[in-house]
Amino acid sequence: MNRKIAVIGGGAAGLEASSALTSLGFRVVLVEKEDETGGHIKNWHALFPNRRPGVEVLDALRSKLGSDVELFSGKTVTEIKPVNDRFELSSADGWKTEADAVLLTTGFSLFNARKKEEYGYGIYDNVITSAELESAFSTGKIAMKSGEQPKRIGFVHCVGSRDEKVGNIYCSKVCCVTAVKQAIEIKQYLPDCEVFCFYMDMRMFGRHYEELYKEAQEKYYIQFIRGRLSESTEDHTGKIILKVEDTLLGKPLKIGVDMLVLMVGMEPAEITKNLGTQLGLVSDSDRFLVSTDQHISANISEIPGLFFAGTCTGPKNIADTLADARSAALAIAGYFDNNHNKS
Amino acid sequence: MTFDIFVIPFFGGLLFLLAVLFIRFTAWLATLDKSGRKKLGHGLLNGQIFPATWEVFMESLLHRRMFKQNKLLGFMHMSFAFGWFLLIVLGNLESRIYSGGHVNPPYYPIFLKFFVHDKRTLPFELYTLPGFFRFIMDFVLLFILSGLVLALIKRVRSKWFGMKRTTQHSRFDKWAITSLWLIFPLRLLAESFTAGAYQGGGFLTNTLGTFFAAFLPVEYLYYPAWWAYSTALGVFFVTLPWSRYMHIPTEVLLIYLRHFGIKTGKKPDSFSEIEIYSCPRCGVCIDVCQMNSAGRTSSTPAYFLRSLRYGNPDDEQNANCMLCGRCHEVCPVQIDTLAIRIAARYEDNKLLVPSFKYLDQFDPSDTTADILYFAGCMGHLTPAVKKAMLKILTASGERFSFMDEDGSVCCGRPLLLAGLHEAAAELIRKNTDLITRSGAKTFVTSCPICYKVFNEEYKLPGVEILHHSQYLLRLVESGKIKVNNTGITAVYHDPCELGRGSKIYNEPRWLLDRMVTINKTEQERENSLCCGGSVGDLSMNHTERNVIRDEALKVLLASEPDILVTACPLCKKTFDNGTETVVMDIAEVVSERLQPASKTELSAAVEIAG
Repeated sequence: MNRKIAVIGGGAAGLEASSALTSLGFRVVLVEKEDETGGHIKNWHALFPNRRPGVEVLDALRSKLGSDVELFSGKTVTEIKPVNDRFELSSADGWKTEADAVLLTTGFSLFNARKKEEYGYGIYDNVITSAELESAFSTGKIAMKSGEQPKRIGFVHCVGSRDEKVGNIYCSKVCCVTAVKQAIEIKQYLPDCEVFCFYMDMRMFGRHYEELYKEAQEKYYIQFIRGRLSESTEDHTGKIILKVEDTLLGKPLKIGVDMLVLMVGMEPAEITKNLGTQLGLVSDSDRFLVSTDQHISANISEIPGLFFAGTCTGPKNIADTLADARSAALAIAGYFDNNHNKS
Repeated sequence: MTFDIFVIPFFGGLLFLLAVLFIRFTAWLATLDKSGRKKLGHGLLNGQIFPATWEVFMESLLHRRMFKQNKLLGFMHMSFAFGWFLLIVLGNLESRIYSGGHVNPPYYPIFLKFFVHDKRTLPFELYTLPGFFRFIMDFVLLFILSGLVLALIKRVRSKWFGMKRTTQHSRFDKWAITSLWLIFPLRLLAESFTAGAYQGGGFLTNTLGTFFAAFLPVEYLYYPAWWAYSTALGVFFVTLPWSRYMHIPTEVLLIYLRHFGIKTGKKPDSFSEIEIYSCPRCGVCIDVCQMNSAGRTSSTPAYFLRSLRYGNPDDEQNANCMLCGRCHEVCPVQIDTLAIRIAARYEDNKLLVPSFKYLDQFDPSDTTADILYFAGCMGHLTPAVKKAMLKILTASGERFSFMDEDGSVCCGRPLLLAGLHEAAAELIRKNTDLITRSGAKTFVTSCPICYKVFNEEYKLPGVEILHHSQYLLRLVESGKIKVNNTGITAVYHDPCELGRGSKIYNEPRWLLDRMVTINKTEQERENSLCCGGSVGDLSMNHTERNVIRDEALKVLLASEPDILVTACPLCKKTFDNGTETVVMDIAEVVSERLQPASKTELSAAVEIAG
C-alpha cells in the first residue's frame, strides 16, 4: 500500500507539494480550511514582476493535482497527534484522518493594519491595504469612497514589517516589489494620477525586480521618497495629510494624497501558530516555525515525519514557495527511504 | 562608681557619630538653594514644626506606612525603632533614681545595670519605682528582641513579610547590620550575667541570670559581656554614617524639611541628597518595580538610590525607568524617586542642545472659541481618539478650536523626563504664548503626559486645564451630550501620568460607569501597572517593554472583559499591539455611544453654557 501524506493548507505550497508527492508515488490528503484551494493567490489579481494574472499560476498548480490527491476543503485542522510512527489528524468539526507523514503548508496572514493606528486604516475612508487595492484591480475600479478617481496616491512600505513597535522586526520580502508593481498598475489604469512610494530602502532581491523599479521611475514617473510615514490625518475635504521625513533631503515633508495604500506585511497564519503550539514546535521570536537547520534541512521539523513548506517558516515569494514545496516532497521521500525501509 | 573603661567603645563611637552627623547636616543645610533656605527659615517659625514632629513620631518611630504595607514588616521595624527609643528614654529616667535626679553622662543609663546593683527590691515587685522600671526595661528589651527574631526569619522567609525580594547589601551595610543585630542579644547577656552574679534584674534578666548562674561562672562572664555590648554599639555608630542606617537620622531631617515645603529641584541638590541618604533600602519598592520583570533589577529605586549615594550610577540605571511612580506610592519614607531620577538625568543629558528654529512657524490664531482642544503628539498617533473627540465636540455645540490640528509644539514633558528642563522651558514659553493669545478659557487635552505638564509647569491664569476624561464627564453631566449604556463589560487601565501622576482616578470611572459595566482588576488606581510604553524610559528595548506590557495585560484581562479602556493614547497604542481584545480610549467609548440630543435639550444646554 502506498504511504499517505497529509498536506495541511491548499495554497501555493500545499498545491505544489501535493502534486510533487503524488509524482513520487505517495497518496496525498490535502486539507484546506477554506472552500477553495489557492490561498492568497486567488485574491491576487496580478503577480510581480511580470504582472501576469494570478489565476494563470493557480490554474497551473491546480491542474497538476492528480487522482492520488484526495482534497478536503472547508476543514480546519486543529489537532495533529503523532501515534506510533503515524499521525492522527482531526478538524474543528470532528473530521478525522490518519497519515504516515504530515506536511505543514499553513502559510501566512496579512498584518492587521489597524495595529498601526497612526496610519489611519479603519479610521479614514481612503486608507486601504495592498490586498484591497489588488481586489480593486480585479474589478477594474480604482476609486475613492466618494466614487471619484484619485489624483494622487501614496504607497507606504513596511507596514507591520521591520517595525519593532508592532513586534515584527523582520522583512516580509515581497512588499517592496509589490508596491512597485501596484504603483505601475495605478499609472496604467489612471495615467494622470501622481504616485508616491514612501520606503525605508528598496529591497529588490529577485530577478527582474530591479528592472521593474527602474521602469517605475523612468517610464511611469513614480516618485520614491526615502522616509517612513510618521502619521496621517484627514483634512475636512477628506484628503489624507501625510507627515513624513524625506531622509535623503533631510527635511520633514507634509503631503496630501487622495488615497493611501498600506503595504501590509506577512505574519504567521493563526493556524500555523495554533498547530505549532499544539505540537510543541519551536518558533522564533518572529513567531514563524523553525526547522532543524535553515540551510541543510529547511523542511524538516523536530518531530520525525512532520515537515514544513512555504511561508509557515517565514516570508517567501511564490517562486521560492513552490521550490520549497518540491524540496519538502523530496525530504519526505528521503525520510521514508532512510528511516522506514522495513515496512 | 560611674565610669569603667569598657564604656569607651560606645562613648567614642557615639561622639564620632555625633560629629559626623553635625558636619553632614550642617553641610546640607548650608548648601540648600536660596528658596530652600527661605522655606527653612519660614517653616521654623510658622508652626510646621508640630505636624512634622508628629510625623517623625508616627513614621520614624512607629513606622505607620510600613504597617500599611505589611503588619509583620511594620512590627519588625517598629520594635527596633520605637523599642530602642523607649530603652533610651526609660533608661534615662531609671538612671535618675540612682543618680539623684541630675543629668548623667550618656553611657551611664546605657550601662546602668553594670554600675548599679539594686538589691532593695525583689525582681517582681512592680509596685515600687525601681521594680517598675526593672520590669518595663526588661519588657522593652524583649519587645526589641522579638523584632530581631522577625528580622532573622525575614532573611529566609521574606514572603511572610509581603516581600518577594529583599535588598542585597553592601559591605558597610553588612558590618552595620551585624553589629546592630548583636547589640540587643549582648545587652541581654550582659544584664542577665550581672543579674545572675548580683541577684538583680527584672523578670527576664533575673530569670535568665539565675538560669545561667546554675552552670556558668557568671561572675567572670558579665564583665566581658559588657565590653562586647559596648563594642557592638561602638561599631554600629562608627559604621552608621556610611551604611543604610544613615537613614535613621537623615529621615528625621527630611521630614522636617519636607513639611517646610522643600522639594528636589530640577538638578541634583542638597535636598535630593538628603532624600538619597534617607533611603533605608528596605526593598519595598523592588517588588512593585516592573523593571524586575524585564530583568533590570539594578535599575529599581533601592539600587538606583544606593548607586547615587555612593556616587556611581551608570547611565543605564539613570535612563532605565518608566517613571510610572509605583515606587513612590509604596515608599515608607515617601522619597520622591521620580524627581531624583529626572534630576540625575540632567547631568547625563545636559550636553544635548536641541534646535528651536521650528517654533517660529507657529503663530497664535485669534479664535472665538471657548474650548481649546490639544490632541498632543501622542493624540496624533491615535487618530481614532482625535476623531472621536472632534465628533463629540461638534455634537456638544461648544465653541471649540483644534489647537494642534496642523501640527504642534511639543508640551515639553518628554524633555523634562530626560532632565532637559531648559529646553522644555522654550517649548513651554511658546505654548503659553499660543494658548494665552487664543483667548480660550478651557484647555482640553487627550494626552495625560501633556495634561500633567500643562497642569504643573505652565502658568496660565484664567485658563482651566482639563484632561478629556474630565471634560467629557462634564459634558455628560451638564447634558450637553447624551450617552447610552450598551451593557458590555470593560476594564479601565489607569495611565501612570493621569492616575498616580495627576491623581485623576474617579472621573474616567464615573464617565465609563454611564456606558459600560466596569470589571474590577487586581491592581488598579494607585497600584495600576505601567503599560510598558512610557516615554520616561530612555533605554529599554521593545522586547523588554513587551514583557512589562504583557504583565499588565494579564492583570487587566483576567476577568475577560469585552473591551479594555484607557485614557492615554500611548497606553492604547502599547496595549493594542499585545492583545486581540479591543483596546479603546475613553473618548472612543463616548463617541460610539453618543446619542443625538433633541433640539430642545441642545438649546437648553447652550443656554446653561451661555
